[in-house]
Amino acid sequence: MHELSIAMSIVDLACEEAEMRGAPGVDVVYLKLGPLSGVVKEALLFSYEIACQQTPLEGSKLLIEEVPIVVNCPVCRERRSVQSIQSLCCATCGTPTPEILEGRELMVTAMELRQ
Amino acid sequence: MNPEPRLVEVRKNVLKQNDVLARALRERFRAAGVLAISLVSSPGSGKTAFLERTLTLLHTRYKVAALVGDLATENDAARLARSQAPVKQIITGTICHLEAAMVQNALEGWNLRDLDFLFIENVGNLVCPSSYDLGEDLRCVLLSVTEGEDKPLKYPTIFNSADVAIITKSDLAAAVEFDEALTRRNIQAVRPGIQVLKLSAKTGAGMSDFLEFLERLHPRSRAAAAVGK
Repeated sequence: MHELSIAMSIVDLACEEAEMRGAPGVDVVYLKLGPLSGVVKEALLFSYEIACQQTPLEGSKLLIEEVPIVVNCPVCRERRSVQSIQSLCCATCGTPTPEILEGRELMVTAMELRQ
Repeated sequence: MNPEPRLVEVRKNVLKQNDVLARALRERFRAAGVLAISLVSSPGSGKTAFLERTLTLLHTRYKVAALVGDLATENDAARLARSQAPVKQIITGTICHLEAAMVQNALEGWNLRDLDFLFIENVGNLVCPSSYDLGEDLRCVLLSVTEGEDKPLKYPTIFNSADVAIITKSDLAAAVEFDEALTRRNIQAVRPGIQVLKLSAKTGAGMSDFLEFLERLHPRSRAAAAVGK
């Protein structure tokens, strides 16, 4: 369980961004999360609340957008989804596809600042 | 002056601090001509025994060193010191994985130019280490024959983050009726194309394949191969 330390990194990042923009606090943090990031959504949401305590983010919400794995299929020569995380094969033609284009995201994409 | 918009775009990686440190480490390893290899696996898959054997075998021909992560004890460093290679323990306390900053701190006082190979043994854990780049050139995921053939399917993220998979404790394969073909299929399902090696640190079977694999990857042998072309 490393979601608490990930949550603390999110809080640090958001505090820094809010301070840079002169905002007194943050209402919402938007996060993009890929299945290959190694982070579990539920555990992160639980940890986030704890990590926010006694920071300018206290009471803020973490909105997580879960994004799918996207690969570059060598046969289709196209961006494709995969059968599953347990089977990294092109969902269209079934070819094993090691080239991952998306799915490792652990990224703060936006924030709603308190005025 | 325009008021700051309420919704602002950020687009920053949560682990950017770790990623920046890891990139700097990778650059330091490259500049010093050292190949950095990390080991990840579940607890008890034989990382330390494998590393002890590897250090002992490489020590006669190369300058090798190791960093070993552990939650609480220095037992692994004491064990590995028997190989005569310099070894430093990283005690993580309650943290279940290594981070680039821990590696950077542990390297203080070591001159990387004095090394050919640096091994970094992560904390035994198949979940958390997958998120953290340590600046290593090569990440080895270990899977022992006693663990069950479906482990890659249960922990796809860590297998996907690895560069090579190593099946350990091969001397016990028959006793536990290990299905090697199924294991290899499962590894390939979560990380298509990955190289898989099989060995026993106890008997030494398969160790020479692993050492040759490492020697081929070393920057000096790559440079020599390029000159020879």
